[in-house]
Amino acid sequence: MDLGIFCKSTLEQETVDHCFSALFTLGKNPDPSYLDWLMKAWGWTLAVACLGLVIALTLGAIMGTLRTLPTDTPLNRFLIRFSTAWVELFRNIPILVQVLLWYHVIPAFIPALKAFPSYLLVSIALGFFTSARIAEQVRAGIQSLPSGQKAAATALGLTTFQSYRYIILPMALRIVIPPLTSESMNLIKNSSVAFAVSVPELTLFAMQAQEETSHGVEIYLAVTLLYALSAFAVNRVMAHIEKRSRIPGFIVANTEAAAH
Amino acid sequence: MKAGLVAGLFISAVSVHAASATMDKIKSTGAVTMGVRESSIPMSYTTGDSRFDGYHVEICRMILGDIKDKLGMNTLRINYQPVTSQNRVPLVQNGTVDIECGTTTNNTARAKDVGFANTLYVEEVRIAVKANSGIKSIADLNGKKVATTTGTTSVQLLRKHERANGVNFDEVFGKDHADSFLLLESGRADAFVMDGSILAGNIANSKNPKDYKIVGEVLSTEPIAIMVRKDDPEFKAAVNAAIAKIVANGKMPGLWNKWFLSPIPPKNIVVGLELSPATKNAWANLNDKPAEDYNKK
Repeated sequence: MDLGIFCKSTLEQETVDHCFSALFTLGKNPDPSYLDWLMKAWGWTLAVACLGLVIALTLGAIMGTLRTLPTDTPLNRFLIRFSTAWVELFRNIPILVQVLLWYHVIPAFIPALKAFPSYLLVSIALGFFTSARIAEQVRAGIQSLPSGQKAAATALGLTTFQSYRYIILPMALRIVIPPLTSESMNLIKNSSVAFAVSVPELTLFAMQAQEETSHGVEIYLAVTLLYALSAFAVNRVMAHIEKRSRIPGFIVANTEAAAH
Repeated sequence: MKAGLVAGLFISAVSVHAASATMDKIKSTGAVTMGVRESSIPMSYTTGDSRFDGYHVEICRMILGDIKDKLGMNTLRINYQPVTSQNRVPLVQNGTVDIECGTTTNNTARAKDVGFANTLYVEEVRIAVKANSGIKSIADLNGKKVATTTGTTSVQLLRKHERANGVNFDEVFGKDHADSFLLLESGRADAFVMDGSILAGNIANSKNPKDYKIVGEVLSTEPIAIMVRKDDPEFKAAVNAAIAKIVANGKMPGLWNKWFLSPIPPKNIVVGLELSPATKNAWANLNDKPAEDYNKK
């Protein structure tokens, strides 16, 4: 073990003056150290993952909700078919293949996409892939509600939109926070596929830096730690949301109520 | 210096009789294990059905033929052992592989663990571009996108070049060589910087090889050498003696022509890499200098 490798210059492999120039002594080194590069790579990982997460949660909630619509109108029937197709399309193709499809194949048919930076295309791929999984969790949450809830909403004279907005979704989304937490953490880890389309994130850093320095053990330990830290941070944020959104007496998250 | 020379002569003169563990093993078992690569066209690769061929493989067969004669054996069975970048050094160290005929760079770090025969192929890092791109040298890469493969030394080389020459370009990384070439092919990159033989191989394998060309200056030079055990200098001397014989017989230009400029099995592609002055020089002055000596300024 030689953690000094992180204070070495990425160009000359010699120890630099300011090991952590990226954050504290900005721009003091003529050449960045491996630690600087590691931090930059971490930033890319987080950027891709956060963007992907926003896309995944938004689309996942929409698609999952659409799948549970009543089948009474032609529009609803179309929306159900559309959301089912969405889920089946995006959860049946491996994530790495989807990323390469977005980067290499789809721009061949839609030239405008060639102008998109690769991190954006990866975020879209990650977001769509994860949205299919989130949609299924949201659907499961909605369908776990007693059917009386929906009937009561209709009896009150609420429209379908209103009953989802005020009755069904507020309850269902609280139920599915735990699986959404794992899905969000998965997305952080899945963002490692971004290396395949030259986003300079942690996995790319690991592969490249270990080839340059021959210190694979230290490099992979550092990268593992940062992935774990990022995923755990998401876990804490979601746990906080779960706690703050808790309503006593609801079918979920009533551990406190149960304890009393 | 003189003592070293004398010792060298002594070793090569008595190598047949000296206690070489590898030679003893070859003599007693009647077999030798050659480390080969599965897909390093045209240096060392499989032609199907567990058969292996290539520039280095053929040279190794010649070397082993020479050693067989020296040992006075009638037949020598060659077992082929496919190796990878990760396991080639350990397999030579632990004796699984007697002679490795792949694409291993001779550098000082590896020379601590294994021995290298005299260099017969010098790899040059070059630039591949589309034939109609108008890029002729590294200076033309200013403001362009340059592809290379993640996890290779070429990435670092590009960074150093960018900094030293003030040429600003965007780097894009393929996850493997095929991916990097796809970046060039699909226009996501304007150039692909990599070992000359890999570039030539990818171009030869592409849909329209005429659409691409290798241009510009040599960015880096690395000796690729046959690898042998470290603790058996007698065997290394025997290998080097065989190499010297092959070179002295004038067989090298023909071998180059066969593997780099003519159609090769199994798909009859032509790699099309011209003999470089560096390789020619290595043949003329046989040596086992590591890569570090090549890139000294």
